[in-house]
Amino acid sequence: MTERIIDHPILGKMEDVNHVTFSFNNRVYKGLENESLAAALLANGIRTLRYQEESGSPRGIYCNIGHCYECRVTVNGQPGIRACITPLKEGMTVESSGQLKIKEKEV
Amino acid sequence: MFKAIIIGSGPAGLTAAITCAENGLDVLVIDEYMSAGGRLLGQLYEQPDGSWWNGLRESKNLYTTAISLGVKFHFNTSVNNIEKRNNRWVVYTEKGTFYTENLLLATGAAESPVPVPGWTLPGVMSVGAAQVMTNVHRVKPGKRGVIIGVNVLSSVIAMELHLAGVEIACLTLPKMNSIANKEGNPSQVLDSLLHVSHMATSPLIRYGSKLLKNDFIKNLGIHFYPKKGFKMWNTPIQLRKAVIEIYGKDEVEGVVVAAIKANGEVVPGSEERIQADFVCIAGGLYPLVELAALAGCPFFLVEELGGHVPLHSEKMETPLEGLFVAGNITGIEGAKVAAAQGRTAGLAMAIHSGIKGLDTEIRHSMDMVKQTRESADIQFHPEIEVGRKRILREWEISQTSKQNHEALMG
Repeated sequence: MTERIIDHPILGKMEDVNHVTFSFNNRVYKGLENESLAAALLANGIRTLRYQEESGSPRGIYCNIGHCYECRVTVNGQPGIRACITPLKEGMTVESSGQLKIKEKEV
Repeated sequence: MFKAIIIGSGPAGLTAAITCAENGLDVLVIDEYMSAGGRLLGQLYEQPDGSWWNGLRESKNLYTTAISLGVKFHFNTSVNNIEKRNNRWVVYTEKGTFYTENLLLATGAAESPVPVPGWTLPGVMSVGAAQVMTNVHRVKPGKRGVIIGVNVLSSVIAMELHLAGVEIACLTLPKMNSIANKEGNPSQVLDSLLHVSHMATSPLIRYGSKLLKNDFIKNLGIHFYPKKGFKMWNTPIQLRKAVIEIYGKDEVEGVVVAAIKANGEVVPGSEERIQADFVCIAGGLYPLVELAALAGCPFFLVEELGGHVPLHSEKMETPLEGLFVAGNITGIEGAKVAAAQGRTAGLAMAIHSGIKGLDTEIRHSMDMVKQTRESADIQFHPEIEVGRKRILREWEISQTSKQNHEALMG
């Protein structure tokens, strides 16, 4: 579990926060409106955002600014959305994608 | 149709937008992030005069100024392609197509990855990712982290994490391999570290930087470097150890470090485990240039500038008419230099769109870029001037051959 930095020695206190509710893999969480989805999930202790399509190994954020696409999730039914550059809204439904069923490779 | 379109709302893009708007141009700024500022958003460090550089505040100020001048913004908007058609630049985005005669690419930089075994585990992130989580979103990247890669960026961010109450177990090198060659070599790392020396609280770095100016002394320095490492901002820095693996079942649980010789080779049997719940990888920055490549801009590989950069003039023009560049797309430097370049680019765009009487101002602005560079708090490459001169020389060569060609055809 990680935590929010409510009071920062230089940046001061966090201001103008508005709590919203969203779901991730059918569980309900709270986050701050317009923070990134990746930040909201991490603040709830969630690092694993998806499972790699072929190997099924867990993946989380890497670059956090939209370049690497490691954090792609399904938002309100739309797949391939980058959690790190998507602002959190009330009632968002977020799901992680998983390993794809691939036919046995032909020998 | 906009008089000017700017892709990227970092310090370069925002300053260019303000400059264009001040000169009467209607401006659209496009950025795929959620808010304005780019990499400036996360920046936080103490300047030599003791004041704090607060990137979040600087970003907000620039954005507010731009809005007050009527600049339009499209955030959360990725650009998929740009091309020139009928003398206009066409910008294709996921939210529609936009047209302009003056297009500025201010797309900034990306971080070079340094692959280490185990680096796909959740909890492993670029050092910039930890910076944005901490300073922009105010969420701790974890309780205890290890930073792989000792360079200007990672040492500053280690300090920022420390400031926010996040424990950094250590900064250490990646194991040398074909990809992580430079980042894994202690003497080259030391060379780059000298450029944050004024910010270092460790006497070793602060006074060491004066002693370590030449290569011979630097090599001596690395041989005699304390095996236990030293501390900067209370964070242990290990130049004699390297991470050889990141371990963990489903998420990061720690790293395996081993002692390394001065040439970067691992000492067998010296492996030990360090517990951590997150790991940052710091491979340095490179210019983010895809859109310039799509446009057909010629490129040069200039190591001092951080990689391949589009050919450009001191006025930030590219050889393609109506296409300009500013900020880290032209080479890796600090936000203040990027902003100064943005001002020059904004003036060049205004001149290109027919505004008269800006000659003195753009000359002054070009001087300001140089002055800002000379007095920069943070230098990413020790030979930045060499890189800048190289690209300007290439520009002159291309202009001369263009004139010769025109004379021949004339």
